[in-house]
Amino acid sequence: MSLVFYISSFIAILSTIMVITRYQPIHALLYLVVSFLALAVTFLSLGAPFAAALQVIVYAGAIVVLFIFVVMMLNLGKQTAQQEKEWLQLRAWLGPSILSLVLLAEMAVLLLQDAPEAMPATVVTPKQVSLSLYGEYIIAVELVGFLLMTGIVGAAHIGKHKKKSLHRFLQTYPNLN
Amino acid sequence: MTVMQHIWIVLGVLFVFLNIAAGLIWVERRLLALWQDRLGPNRAGPLGLFIVLADTLKLFFKEDWIPPFADKWVFILAPAIVVASVLMGIAIIPFAPGIVVADLNVGLMFFLAMSSLGVYSIVLGGWASNNKYSLLGALRGASQMIAYEVFMGLSLMGVVMLSKSFNLTDIVNAQKGLWFVVTQPIGFVVFFIAGLAETHRLPFDIPEAESELIAGFHSEYSGMKFGMFFIGEYLGISLISAMTATLFFGGWLGPAFLPPVVWFFLKTFLFIGLFILLRASLPRPRYDQLMGYGWKLLLPLVLLNLLVTGAIALWLRS
Repeated sequence: MSLVFYISSFIAILSTIMVITRYQPIHALLYLVVSFLALAVTFLSLGAPFAAALQVIVYAGAIVVLFIFVVMMLNLGKQTAQQEKEWLQLRAWLGPSILSLVLLAEMAVLLLQDAPEAMPATVVTPKQVSLSLYGEYIIAVELVGFLLMTGIVGAAHIGKHKKKSLHRFLQTYPNLN
Repeated sequence: MTVMQHIWIVLGVLFVFLNIAAGLIWVERRLLALWQDRLGPNRAGPLGLFIVLADTLKLFFKEDWIPPFADKWVFILAPAIVVASVLMGIAIIPFAPGIVVADLNVGLMFFLAMSSLGVYSIVLGGWASNNKYSLLGALRGASQMIAYEVFMGLSLMGVVMLSKSFNLTDIVNAQKGLWFVVTQPIGFVVFFIAGLAETHRLPFDIPEAESELIAGFHSEYSGMKFGMFFIGEYLGISLISAMTATLFFGGWLGPAFLPPVVWFFLKTFLFIGLFILLRASLPRPRYDQLMGYGWKLLLPLVLLNLLVTGAIALWLRS
């Protein structure tokens, strides 16, 4: 199982790098999907099939689709790709690279110190997930519910507008649509 | 189960489902003709069966053209996604006791995950075509499928509550006394409607509405790339029909005079027939009607169903 874990996490890292370096926004989002799928496999190899399925359903199946939806609406063409190219200069890479190299070195040291042989893979069943969600973490779940509700109310408020009827029939009978 | 047996099951399921998908070309045209009082394809071969062969050959030998203005790699990727995601979904269906490709303990979640990935084929195909009609189709497809995914998932949770498992074999075994269609009628109806929308079949084929969008997201596709969308749609019908039979009509369960696999496929074909009957009989709604119907009618209905099912399940336990 640990080989699966290493392969999928490597793919996740690689595809995330590709997300950052693509100039065309849709291509970047496609790599983001791959990154989420790789993360789902990582969850699966750690013994959390429920979290893996949710990762695919929520992130890969819904949120990135909405991202793509918005990018499609914006109709970004070659100009954006050119602009991205100008923004992504080598100098901008310097700081983040040094910081992440430090992290990589730390992780390598820690991994070599302990040399974990087998991963502690206890399978978490859907029942356990839901019991802890509606038991220990009930307040967090309710708070997230509040937050999402505010989001929905806000979106409904922004999206609401009076219907303008240009045709004289529709003006006389406003319910006729 | 040995490795060889497993490989045979995988190959068998692939063979059967790809052949069903191809055979549906003929079945759909003949049934539509029957219901619309015409003859349908009846010339090539016995009962016109060779239309399948003719159609497949035509698709294979047509020029496979990629428009110069399209985004080449995304354009090629899109039709592959639809077939791959549907075939992955088929992997969790139990055809008979022991005959299943992957007996996952989160099988139902896996099915939902795969059907939610299917939306990428429409979105990417429409975007990569670089054509305004395709883009409009893709936009419609994306919002339709995201919306109806919600009801599809919620309508199945009643079944999960009653069978106490996400595993499809357990769900079928939980229906030994009574099929879930009796205890979850609303769940069944909403699941089937959401399945229609997920496979974007008539009356919900708004992403490809011929009369306004000239086939929508796949209007730039030709040859076998179009064929993949075509086969993907038929595979999607078979998948939703098989899932309906498994989740609400007892899967392979049935009187003992026929083997379990036969019962399973009989039920599946019944729902495929229902898909085609709906196409023959219902007109296409307008786009806002579709979304309003989903969010204003199906969502409250399915939430209410969930609430009542949960209450009754708790009451029975205490």
